[in-house]
Amino acid sequence: MIELFGYLLSGVTVGFIYTLVGLGFTVIYNSSGIINFSQGEFVMAGGMSTVFLLYAGLPLGVAFFLAILITSMIGIVLYKLISLSRDSSQISLIILTLGFAIFLRGLAQVIFDKQLHTMPSFVGEGAFEIFDTTLSYQAVLIMVVASAIVISLYLFFQKTKTGQAMVAASNNVDAAKLMGINIKKILMLNFAISAVIASIGGILLTPITSTNYEVGIMLGLKGFCAAIIGGLGTPFGAVAGGLVLGILESLVAGYVSSEYKDAVAFVVLLAILFFMPGGIFGNLKSQRV
Amino acid sequence: MPWIFEKFIGDYVMLKNFILRAMAFMFISSFVILGAKENIKIGAIVAATGPASFLGDPELKTLQHYVDKINKAGGVNGQMIELIHYDTGANPKKAVTFTKRLINQDKVVAIIGPSTSGETMAILKFVKKAKIPLISMAGAVAIIDPVKPYVFKIVATDRMACKKVMQDLKKRKLTNLALISGSGGFGKSMRKQCKEVAPDFGIKIVADETYGKKDSDMTSQLLKIKNNKDVQVVLNPGFGQGPAIVTKNYRQLKIQHPLYQSHGVASKKYIEIAGKASEGVRVVAPPVVVADKLDDSFANRKIALAYKNEYEKTFNSQVASFGGHAYDSLYIIVNAIKRAGSTNPTKIRDEIEKTKGFEGVDGVVNLSPTDHLGLDTKTGMVLLEIKNGDWTIVK
Repeated sequence: MIELFGYLLSGVTVGFIYTLVGLGFTVIYNSSGIINFSQGEFVMAGGMSTVFLLYAGLPLGVAFFLAILITSMIGIVLYKLISLSRDSSQISLIILTLGFAIFLRGLAQVIFDKQLHTMPSFVGEGAFEIFDTTLSYQAVLIMVVASAIVISLYLFFQKTKTGQAMVAASNNVDAAKLMGINIKKILMLNFAISAVIASIGGILLTPITSTNYEVGIMLGLKGFCAAIIGGLGTPFGAVAGGLVLGILESLVAGYVSSEYKDAVAFVVLLAILFFMPGGIFGNLKSQRV
Repeated sequence: MPWIFEKFIGDYVMLKNFILRAMAFMFISSFVILGAKENIKIGAIVAATGPASFLGDPELKTLQHYVDKINKAGGVNGQMIELIHYDTGANPKKAVTFTKRLINQDKVVAIIGPSTSGETMAILKFVKKAKIPLISMAGAVAIIDPVKPYVFKIVATDRMACKKVMQDLKKRKLTNLALISGSGGFGKSMRKQCKEVAPDFGIKIVADETYGKKDSDMTSQLLKIKNNKDVQVVLNPGFGQGPAIVTKNYRQLKIQHPLYQSHGVASKKYIEIAGKASEGVRVVAPPVVVADKLDDSFANRKIALAYKNEYEKTFNSQVASFGGHAYDSLYIIVNAIKRAGSTNPTKIRDEIEKTKGFEGVDGVVNLSPTDHLGLDTKTGMVLLEIKNGDWTIVK
């Protein structure tokens, strides 16, 4: 029993990491219907810039702020690229985000380096001891921040005028335009928000996993799985998807074999796509394409 | 039409003059060239860019630096060395192309490289056909086992790393080993080698876990090991951030068994990333990593230290053990050419094979017709323990 509890706890920790990455997919998909495959690279950019700003001797708070600013700028650049090729099909735009991801990885190799980097945990290296297993302070911080982001995203989309405008823009661009919504601004804001969430994720992850220029590849893939499993389009979907994925991986590693851990993630993804194409929290809206 | 005829004659005379002059020029200049001795051409195939650039970059820098140094000191047997190098980006196809070019166009007398095992395996048949000696800088045992006449390799294998760990386990009377390996090529290969050599030391593998190269949490696998009552000691073959995360999770779970890490993490980077969790971890490493801490009884201490200092001074970056492979390969070839007194590839090969007691960065090298690796676990690997954030050598 204690064993199971340990696996679950480890799964929840990893699940929240996937959630943080998955949220970014949700936000951009929500407004533009595009799946942004450079989401993982946004995470990398957030973590790497923080590390290098710290190396440069900036205080922690300033480094965070600047890193988030830099990453949101990258998000806006991606939006500009996409808006330049507005007339292309969605598939071409998704390919564009893939290309942008490769570009960001290359850029990170040139600007930063190819080494692994880490930074000290900002809540101390310790861990809570629960029964026979442990939960590090940093993992708890990730859970708290991820939950806070999910709730504020929900409130933002449901309760604020800008958020409602975003939802409107995703439902019907033309109608939204007629209602006087500035689609360009809304989309740009969306890409910026998504990049900010990703960079916060990147910063929080670095003390646990450490970071380098290609850390975004696998994180992006797993975050994408989480978003699909939970259902694109709702922030709660990313949480559910992340947790399902994390816990499943952990249970498989614990009870079956760690060799099959990653395979399970993708099998679940396929099963969900077959039987629940909208994901766990999906609604009909997200089935249109 | 006499004027046309005249023109033809004129052209013919001009052409004839030109050819005669050209021949005279070539005749004279060939004397000049023969007077100064021809360069010795040594080929190098390295992955200076791309995914294996962490290997190829220090290797190429080392080769260029030391070739310059040898030439400034008067070359080999009065001849200058000319290093002809190509960058493969770790692509085996390119390695094959460049090998053919080195052999057919550049006509080199020996080849150093490639940096990775896959590339080396791809070019073996071409060097065999051309009968050009090759010293590979890659890790896999398959390169020199079985022995191929023209192929050498002065790099410690993962098999040696496994043996080094097992020797220590035997000394500490620990017999039940748990493996937790990275799923990348490095982790996979070392896991296989360790499983093969374990019975020779009377060691039983009681748990065998793996993790993905880019996983962010290994708690589940470690919990499984923790709950396995047979386990006495844990070894983590792996590379990159994985071992650092394993180490952190290991300490968080308060697992009391000793933890061993492979030569894949034998750099200060590992201590930096794993932080305090790395205290007390034992790591197998090539001697150059701790060149300044080796004691005088260590045969290749002086050369390892000299290389480390020179590399760090010249390139203003921390020494990587990989550059040492290039140093050893270059000097073994140069010494062979000196002894052979000739640049005939077959004679060079024969002399390389006779290399005895060569003190290199990677260890003391003794080659023979049956051993084209030449390193042993005594000088090729050292066992380290991390204390106060620094390496200490385990006696």
